[in-house]
Amino acid sequence: MASLRDVKVGQSCTVAKLTGEGPIKRRIMDMGLTKGTSVLVHKVAPLGDPIEVTVRGYELTLRKDEASCVEVTGIAGA
Amino acid sequence: MSETINIALAGNPNCGKTTLFNELTGSNGYVGNWPGVTVEKKQAHWKQNKDVLFTDLPGIYSLSPYSPEEVVSRDFLVDERPDAVIDLIDVTNLERNLYLTTQVLEAGRPVVVGLNMCDLLASRGDVIDAKKISKMLGVPVVEVSALHNKNLDELVQKAIDAGEKSVPSQGIKLFSAEVEDALAKIAKIIAAPEGLSRWYSIKVFERDVEAIAPLALSKEKLDEAEKVIAAVEAARDDDAESIITSERYDWIQTVMDACVEKAPAKLTTSQKIDRVVTNRWLGLPIFLCVMILVYYIAISTVGTAATDWVNDNLFGDGFFVNGASQQQYEADTESFNDNHYGDKVSGFIAAAADAGINTEGVADAVAAEEPTAESDAIVERFETASASVVAKDVPVTDEDGNFLDTEDNVITKLDADGNAVLEEGQTLQVIDTVTSSDFKEAASAKAPDPHDYPGFIDSIPNAVTGWLTSAGASAMVISLVVDGIIGGVGSVLGFIPQIFVLFVMLSFLEDCGYMSRVAFVMDRVFRRFGLSGKSFIPMIVSSGCGVPGVLATRTIENERDRRMTAMLTTMIPCSAKLPIIALVMGVLMGGSDMWWVAPMFYFMGIAAIIISAIMLKKTRPFQGEPVPFVMELPDYHFPSIRSWALHVWERVAAYVKKAGTIIFAAAVAIWFLSNFGVAGWEGGTGAFGFLPEMEGVGEDFMDYSILAGVGSALSFLFAPLGFGNWQATASSISALIAKENLVSTFGVLYGLGDATENSVNMWAGFAGMFTIEGALHVGAMCAFVAFNMLCAPCFAAMGTIRKQMGSARWTAFAIGYECAFGWVIALFINQFYELIAFGSFGLWTIVAFVLLAAMLFQLFRPMPKWEEKEQKIATKLGESVA
Repeated sequence: MASLRDVKVGQSCTVAKLTGEGPIKRRIMDMGLTKGTSVLVHKVAPLGDPIEVTVRGYELTLRKDEASCVEVTGIAGA
Repeated sequence: MSETINIALAGNPNCGKTTLFNELTGSNGYVGNWPGVTVEKKQAHWKQNKDVLFTDLPGIYSLSPYSPEEVVSRDFLVDERPDAVIDLIDVTNLERNLYLTTQVLEAGRPVVVGLNMCDLLASRGDVIDAKKISKMLGVPVVEVSALHNKNLDELVQKAIDAGEKSVPSQGIKLFSAEVEDALAKIAKIIAAPEGLSRWYSIKVFERDVEAIAPLALSKEKLDEAEKVIAAVEAARDDDAESIITSERYDWIQTVMDACVEKAPAKLTTSQKIDRVVTNRWLGLPIFLCVMILVYYIAISTVGTAATDWVNDNLFGDGFFVNGASQQQYEADTESFNDNHYGDKVSGFIAAAADAGINTEGVADAVAAEEPTAESDAIVERFETASASVVAKDVPVTDEDGNFLDTEDNVITKLDADGNAVLEEGQTLQVIDTVTSSDFKEAASAKAPDPHDYPGFIDSIPNAVTGWLTSAGASAMVISLVVDGIIGGVGSVLGFIPQIFVLFVMLSFLEDCGYMSRVAFVMDRVFRRFGLSGKSFIPMIVSSGCGVPGVLATRTIENERDRRMTAMLTTMIPCSAKLPIIALVMGVLMGGSDMWWVAPMFYFMGIAAIIISAIMLKKTRPFQGEPVPFVMELPDYHFPSIRSWALHVWERVAAYVKKAGTIIFAAAVAIWFLSNFGVAGWEGGTGAFGFLPEMEGVGEDFMDYSILAGVGSALSFLFAPLGFGNWQATASSISALIAKENLVSTFGVLYGLGDATENSVNMWAGFAGMFTIEGALHVGAMCAFVAFNMLCAPCFAAMGTIRKQMGSARWTAFAIGYECAFGWVIALFINQFYELIAFGSFGLWTIVAFVLLAAMLFQLFRPMPKWEEKEQKIATKLGESVA
């Protein structure tokens, strides 16, 4: 299954499942990336990592390593 | 007086909580750290009613057990039981803010919700139904504006009422039927205290063993609860923690659908700004420009100018409030200097001595500030005896005491007797003849005294010396007050202007939202070293001064990164270390223009930080999972001037209070060590006492001080580094007051008087300390400098580290590590230099090789797997009770 890491800038997707455990998983969920949430990948930092996404109406940044814990479906858009 | 009402302020970061706190209290309160962590704790009373005490909890997104901010917040809510909680919500970000609210509601305290930034929401075109939200949350809701002080009193009044009625919020039955069912079963099993039943049931369900520890549940009960949880997990194919989190957000979605009407989304101002500021191509250049600007203003220009002004004038020589007389004084001083009276006097006396005339005591008598009958007699006798002497070719010196050539260049080579050695084509600048009448004129000339000019204000030390003298205080008291206390505390106060300027800028960057972007742009670079993207800012600032550098680590949100950066950032050479660099450059290449040497010291600092960070990351105190970098990029906004000013004031005041006390004690201690001792010199009494006042004391009384004793006692530590003499040790100790003291202490210890780092004879004296059998030991000298660059910073910076760490143990660890690291690097330099240059191989060479191997091992080994100390979330509940 594709992860948030694979989603290109400008594309949106829906969170399907969170892998991993402990602080990182909890933090990702605390910030609102739970099952069924739609996410828009907004931009990539100048050095290629981290990425910036729009979720639940605000801007969130996370590293690509962390983004790979987020499995997504329904990738759509540019 | 009635009883104090405790109200906690909870909310997300950037929800306006700090603005609310400042508006309510005017910040009249206590700013410190929560026990054991570097998280800031603020408490203050309500402006309207001093019986209401607000505690500002850290800005958090959740009450999870993972970050220190979240742990102190939830411990405060559950254990300290505030009378009421105000939960502030940023309505422009309602979904994520309500997530925290659902958790706060479960903590068993009366809660009032404040909806902040409703005006911003309205301008976006969104409509929100506050009454409906209040109904769904089951607690009072007030629409407020913290920025414009709207409805804040109503919010607090509601919180006070709720506190007096003491009806704790029970939380909302927001989970799905099967989870609610499981929670009910757990509640029965655990029989938690009144009011906290729901809180603990959910914590048991999440298997948060840390949070449920106070219940001290038996293994049987936990096993029973475990069955209930496992059943739900099996049915949902997910872990309990995730189920709870997801269902909270699912419920919030229903609130959003019921209470909020959203206007169609359009590009917000923040998004427009970010298109440029965090742009793929412009992001880095813009960041560098901002940093250069901060550095330029705080370090290069305004901040340093202000600090220098304070140090040079208030704590130095005094200053003029009258511009015209200042110019007059400066012009007079310049013309006085152009006459080279000092050179004429010393040249003439030397010539007289050559002619066989008794010159004993003449130089002192001429230089005496208040001539006595005795000194007048000496001068008079000398003038009569030397009437026919004419001194020829008297060399001219500059204000550093250096010889000059005819082009006004400093002559950088001296022979063993201190005479100038000329290069080919160079001609010594001389005064052709000095006659007896020239001498008389020079001897009677007095340098212009600023006190004689109108509008001169004396410096604090001079003024205090004057008062104490006229009050009849003893020399010891004057020395203690002026050199010890004012000197030490002055070194703290001198930093205030710089810190102030720095925080004006940093607070702005922080409050407006740019700091989060810095982390976004720089994270990639610093993550490799186990530091945060924001670690860059303290390091830049530290190149000016370590004190604001350590304070700037406040903006780093992760505690581990914050501690590591505070520990390492002082390894960057600060401006006070520049005289030491200048001194070494002088010795090595006689002040010639080798521009690359100074940058080398900065590279050494950066390398030391990177190496240390990589090594420390793999040690136990800094162990653990990589810290999640899942961070909000808050909307940009212009901070209100009021809260900006308060922010700056808090930082500066906290620095003065905490750092000041430590520096005060340290300065007095060093003053005592260097001024007291046994008068063991020739003609001395051999008694213990205040040395400068003892019989027959010379300029070199420090040689007999306790400091000298401590220096020799400790010098064995530095023998392997090549500088095991007590002078080097003693000056390293006195450099702890301020690093620039290293140079002046050298001057005193070697009887060079007022020589500066630019004086050629200081270079010679410094080189002399590292000269073995007539050859300069470059290795030992470089080792000495490296040690002083990397070891513990000055007391001001140490006091700041103490304040920042908020823990004596961490402070000791930081200082200890810095000293050990500096020592090891100095050992490498000296031992490997000796090995290569002299071919000497000994015990310490072996030690150096072993340490080098250990360092390389620590650098390159994979991240060790530490035993998980304590699982915060258990995989199976029963197992948590061993």
